[in-house]
Amino acid sequence: MALGQRLEKTSKPTGLTLAGEAAVLDLSGALWLPAHRTLVVSDLHLEKGSAFAARSGQFLPPYDTRETLANLHEAVLRHEPERVVALGDSFHDARGPERMEPGDRAMVAALQAGRDWVWIAGNHDAAVQEGVGGRYAETLTLGALTLRHEPVPGPAPGEVAGHLHPCGKVAMRGRAVRRRCFVSDGARLVMPAFGAFTGGLNVRDKAFEPLFATGFTAHLLGDGRVFAIGRQMLARD
Amino acid sequence: MGLPVRIETRTGDTPAHKRTRQIARPPDILLTTPEQLALLIAHREAADLLANLRCVILDELHALVTSKRGDLLSLALARLHRLSPGLTAIGLSATVREPDELRRYLVPQRPSLTLPEAFPSSPAGEGGRRAEAMADLVVVKGGARPDLRLLESNRPLPLAGHTAHQSMPAIYELIRQHRTVLVFVNTRLQAEYTFQELWRLNDDVLPIALHHGSLDAQQRRRVEAAMAAGQLRAIVCTATLDLGIDWGDVDLVVNIGAPKGASRIMQRIGRANHRMDEPSKAYLVPANRFEILECRAALDAVEAAAQDTPDARVGALDVLAQHVLGMACADAFDPVHLYEEIVSAAPYAGLAWEDFEAVVDYVATGGYALRAYERFAKILRGPDGLWRVRDARTAQQYRMNVGTIVESAKVKVRLVRSVRAKPGTILPKTGRVLGEVEEDFAETLSAGDTFLFSGEVLRFEGLMEDEAMVTRAGPGTDPAIPSYAGSKFPLSTFLAARVRALIADPFEWDRLPRQVADYLVQQRSRSVLPGPRDLLVETYPRAKRHYITAFPFEGRLAHQTLGMLLTRRLERAGLRPLGFAANDYGLAIWTTRDISERIAHERNFLAELFAQDMLGDDLEAWLAESAMMKRTFRQCAVIAGLIERRHPGQKKTGRQVTISTDLVYDVLRKHQPDHLLLRAARQDAATGLLDVRRLGMMLERIQGRIIHRALDRVSPLSVSVMLEIGREKVYGEGADEILAEAEAQLLEEALG
Repeated sequence: MALGQRLEKTSKPTGLTLAGEAAVLDLSGALWLPAHRTLVVSDLHLEKGSAFAARSGQFLPPYDTRETLANLHEAVLRHEPERVVALGDSFHDARGPERMEPGDRAMVAALQAGRDWVWIAGNHDAAVQEGVGGRYAETLTLGALTLRHEPVPGPAPGEVAGHLHPCGKVAMRGRAVRRRCFVSDGARLVMPAFGAFTGGLNVRDKAFEPLFATGFTAHLLGDGRVFAIGRQMLARD
Repeated sequence: MGLPVRIETRTGDTPAHKRTRQIARPPDILLTTPEQLALLIAHREAADLLANLRCVILDELHALVTSKRGDLLSLALARLHRLSPGLTAIGLSATVREPDELRRYLVPQRPSLTLPEAFPSSPAGEGGRRAEAMADLVVVKGGARPDLRLLESNRPLPLAGHTAHQSMPAIYELIRQHRTVLVFVNTRLQAEYTFQELWRLNDDVLPIALHHGSLDAQQRRRVEAAMAAGQLRAIVCTATLDLGIDWGDVDLVVNIGAPKGASRIMQRIGRANHRMDEPSKAYLVPANRFEILECRAALDAVEAAAQDTPDARVGALDVLAQHVLGMACADAFDPVHLYEEIVSAAPYAGLAWEDFEAVVDYVATGGYALRAYERFAKILRGPDGLWRVRDARTAQQYRMNVGTIVESAKVKVRLVRSVRAKPGTILPKTGRVLGEVEEDFAETLSAGDTFLFSGEVLRFEGLMEDEAMVTRAGPGTDPAIPSYAGSKFPLSTFLAARVRALIADPFEWDRLPRQVADYLVQQRSRSVLPGPRDLLVETYPRAKRHYITAFPFEGRLAHQTLGMLLTRRLERAGLRPLGFAANDYGLAIWTTRDISERIAHERNFLAELFAQDMLGDDLEAWLAESAMMKRTFRQCAVIAGLIERRHPGQKKTGRQVTISTDLVYDVLRKHQPDHLLLRAARQDAATGLLDVRRLGMMLERIQGRIIHRALDRVSPLSVSVMLEIGREKVYGEGADEILAEAEAQLLEEALG
């Protein structure tokens, strides 16, 4: 519980320079690129709840899609982007769009209206190509930035990727706080998963090692703002 | 004895071939558990197998009926009564407050059914209320009164703390003078501490052993075997040995710390000397001055043979959901017949038909208002009106997830070679497993932290997959992590009332040790002693902060909830609370602004602060983010089968694959707040980790009875709560405060 003054989600945008381009880390987990009027969200995993029901008979609440879309709607209202990029794994599986409720489908259409909407192909939804509006791309280049789903190993200046669902953990005085986070070394950026039912991978996992040879800063999504945490303060799970 | 009777056991460890044989050729007597019974009645052959069952005996029934395990057992018992109408059910208990509640539990109830008009065949309303259905009562008279004493200490006891280190020499002396001593403590960490202290004093090298739930199972079996063989002089143990351990020749029970409940202490005393005609001998060892009061109250209660086992439960909905799926696995069911059977179980006698329908709907498709999962239904209603399980896989899922005990996720503790590795270095995964600790606890450790476990001070080196790597800390190292050291059980309402009465009546103080009487006299002269129904509130400044302490005596859990809610209200009143601490007797909150001044200037401020409406919106708002509520929800989700159990030995899958129940809780609360599982979690919160019900009774009791004293410094009573600060986790510190501190470290580095 935050005892201090609760900050509005919009009150303190966290700025970052990424390969020379200005970037704003939104508290929702979205990335705002003001020079390109572009909002980027990664790993929406829409219809994850219904995927569990179809596959294993686990009846998770079927409300994750509308929750994720509502959060995206708020971010869109904040920044009024000309372009929205969904950075892959937008659907939990290839049959996700078929299972989507009509109301949620209408919400997607409303969000797409009047702006360029780009679905970047992910590993979960590579087969999804039609029926959900927008256009498809493997990667997208915006100025010095390359947007793709899965980060490439080794140096990749200007890369904005998702896929890994980064989470950072801080343990202090008998309490541990684990939050979704952006990870960046100033050259490249890995985005947090945006979906309501998406879990996370600890940034101290070895999967992050080939991406950030010289260290990184994790930007954890707190209750009131985004916190920049150094690598040495981040605990393993 | 040579009788032609075949007795067998059936537990989770019974091999498959033996289970199959038991179904084909049932023994005369079967010893089993509630979980195994649930599996038996869900078996396709159950009706044939159990049609001739003659008798069911439930041992230590009082301990079973107060848990979800008891709910599950009651439903199984209802099914057994239906399969074998002549069945006799017998319950045994040595400590029970309301025998009638157990008597009802044993036999089918005949509640006035609340079936809607659509079911005219139901027996509802036939001849009004019937005589209550209760089993016969047999009371065994006699038996020697227990010889129970307070272990007096010459040295003054501290005002807080639970270690009882002043009394260790006296306890060691008692061990020397007796054959075999059971030393009970309330928590694992107290067990660890006591074991270590006794060995420090153990110049005679007496065989003293340790037994608690986190130790490796093999280790526990070894201790039990040595005990049975009479090879041990003492065992330091927790509630794991409360029930039914009748081996060994125990001639003394020592209970360290406050007893928390009269029936609990009676049960423990009963572990010594099982002969009816000789008294059980026991000592109560208070660890602080307040515990002397509690021990005195318990001694009086035992003298009066008063019991304080908890009230009968209202059957949990998550358990019912599990049972309904099990019944569909056994055979196709007619919903009206199943409902009638379920309400014949005492905990479910008040279940409304609508709630039963909601449970069936939940089992079928998750019970969501957005009917998204109809085509994946787990149970299906046929044209004949009967419900059937979908397929063999669903039945298998039921069998894998049966039971009501949800273990918190554990990690193994492995002793590795003493390496002083650089942080982040991968340690070799070799060495002995010492036992397990809760994942929640392990997650709060940083490399280098020291803590007590398995009788040693260990240094945490790091987590590897699902194991905590530790090394032995150097000799003389103090454990640095003050894991929760208080009692696991909250003070019973009954003992709390007795303690309040003791404090309120100066004539009673003669019976208390001098140090406690002096302490109460001091409190009376510096502040005031509250009457038995009053709530004392003190406010005072200390070290640039302002404190408010209150003494409801309602147990730690209710006080933690109260602390969270009061902190919210003080925040809203602009007093800027910083945190709070609670124990079994009271709680303290500290603020930036002056509370005494506010109370002086604003009439009714305190009455409004403690008003009953805090259980409305404030409670709601807090439940939304309470970690304890989320834990409660997780347990309901596992029991009701929404989330599958993690089985021992099963590899922990990555967090990307599993779904966090916290996320499910957040989304469900927002989109369907009346969902069955949220209702189940709420019902648990009333009596479980949040103790909301007890808090509600307290708020009602103290209306118009708040006694406030504005003091210029801390009072003797308040010191006891103040001492909890730093000893326990401080509440109210938000995630953002922790993150801000971690962020500051980065800035410091950048600037320095």
